[in-house]
Amino acid sequence: MIDVEQIRSEFPILSRKVNNQSLVYFDNGATTQKPKSVLDAIQKYYSEINANIHRGVHTLSQEATDAYEHSRKTIADFINAELAHEIIFTRGTTESINLVASCFGKKQVNAGDEILVTEMEHHSNIVPWQLMCEERGAKLKVIPVDDNGELILSEQKNFLTAKTKLLALTHVSNTLGTVNDVKEIISIAHKNGTAVLVDGAQAIAHTEVDVQDLDCDFYCFSGHKMYGPTGIGILYGKEKFFNEFSPYQSGGGMIKEVSFEQTTFTTLPYKFEAGTPNIEGGIVLGAAVDWMKNIGLKNISAHENKLLHYAIQQLKTIDGIRIIGEAKHHASAVSFLIGNIHPYDVGVILDKLGIAVRTGHHCNQPLMKRFSIPGTVRASFAVYNTMEEVDKLIAGVKQAKKMLS
Amino acid sequence: MNQVNSISEVEEQIIEEFELFDDWMDKYQHLIDMGKSLPLIDSQFKNDDYIVKGCQSQVWLKGDFANGKIHFTCDSDAIITKGMIAVLLRVLNDRTPEEIINAKLEFIDKINLKEHLTPTRANGLVSMLSKIKTYALAFSGNKI
Repeated sequence: MIDVEQIRSEFPILSRKVNNQSLVYFDNGATTQKPKSVLDAIQKYYSEINANIHRGVHTLSQEATDAYEHSRKTIADFINAELAHEIIFTRGTTESINLVASCFGKKQVNAGDEILVTEMEHHSNIVPWQLMCEERGAKLKVIPVDDNGELILSEQKNFLTAKTKLLALTHVSNTLGTVNDVKEIISIAHKNGTAVLVDGAQAIAHTEVDVQDLDCDFYCFSGHKMYGPTGIGILYGKEKFFNEFSPYQSGGGMIKEVSFEQTTFTTLPYKFEAGTPNIEGGIVLGAAVDWMKNIGLKNISAHENKLLHYAIQQLKTIDGIRIIGEAKHHASAVSFLIGNIHPYDVGVILDKLGIAVRTGHHCNQPLMKRFSIPGTVRASFAVYNTMEEVDKLIAGVKQAKKMLS
Repeated sequence: MNQVNSISEVEEQIIEEFELFDDWMDKYQHLIDMGKSLPLIDSQFKNDDYIVKGCQSQVWLKGDFANGKIHFTCDSDAIITKGMIAVLLRVLNDRTPEEIINAKLEFIDKINLKEHLTPTRANGLVSMLSKIKTYALAFSGNKI
């Protein structure tokens, strides 16, 4: 069991007012708020050890390097990666996916090959593959979604052909909240010799992730959706792939030797971390992971599921509510519409009531097209949310319905 | 013939109208009701030629020039956006291109609805305003 009030007291922003109302923050799928320990870690980094990392012989540089590498180890442990150098610091999930699309494409994808994605992917797990396919003369194929918002997995086997080089799919849908059975999907893909990248942006703060158990080849997530800072993210990849890949970007920090005739590259993970990285972000992400581990992912998940199911149950009592996405395995977010009312209008009224939700297509335009809707209203949960806040949301939705009908 | 009120006179009327509302709910209800009175664009023009795409809501806008004035017809998929358009068009509709080009629209700030006219809202209103001004610029050339 967790003490939500205690947890809330660690988040300064949660006590602020929005439009003269107490803030109810249900936009956690977009970004979570940050606890005091994370804010303190930012302050501590710049106040005490700020220096450029690696190669510096002076004390500050060594301390900063140690903290940065310690954080890499913390994150590796958090997702049970076998090796710390399988953890690459990036700017976020988007950059992680772009890195794999670019490097994997160059190495493994040729004209006529196929890349498989799903209909519920975020644009950032569609467009990099689309661009890569164009460049390599490959084809992008899509596993469809059913009316409940679940992948039609009977189709997966039909989609996997001898030419399918990689399957890229989300662990948890950012719009529908659907939890995909990635372990099973990965195992089927692997039997076909297809590599798998998992977009874990919406999963990492809500469920335990064990990359060795999943056996995924790549796993990506962003710091800011897991109580950490913006501008830092992770790409986990199996060593064998990273060793085969050529560098993604080049510059300082990733070379072994440079001459005008030839340059050789350094070892993992630095081969993929050209230039001065986001040192503060990397170190502080470790503090965010420590904070989550301290509460326990199981506890976080149990609390959020309680909120989610209560919210769905209460929403359904409102006449005309349509829940978009009712998968059997559902986590972290609920999307809905009130009759034919535009989601933007609902978002504006809820904001006036101090309730932050996300409205629109959620970077899921193909999915919106599949459901023939302009967008949804999405409430997404974090460990600091309460049942009383869900009640406020429900009252807000009723108010919006009254005003907008 | 009735005397047409100047832009600043209409702005003043709207400010007074909105001052009557003590709380935001009544104000937004008024805005929503105004949205229902919008001079709607003929459905045949609700196509890609007249669309102003926002990330959150979309707007269709058509301007027609006659007797030295521009008449706008409009629509949006979101009712609050429609309300905002109705407020703006009460001031800007059936004006000369010069009046539209010179309009400052500071009244929006005074009725505390400026938040809807920021690009981050992505509701298409900022692009719509610049399209209104573009129509005005184009038609001001026509007249000469």
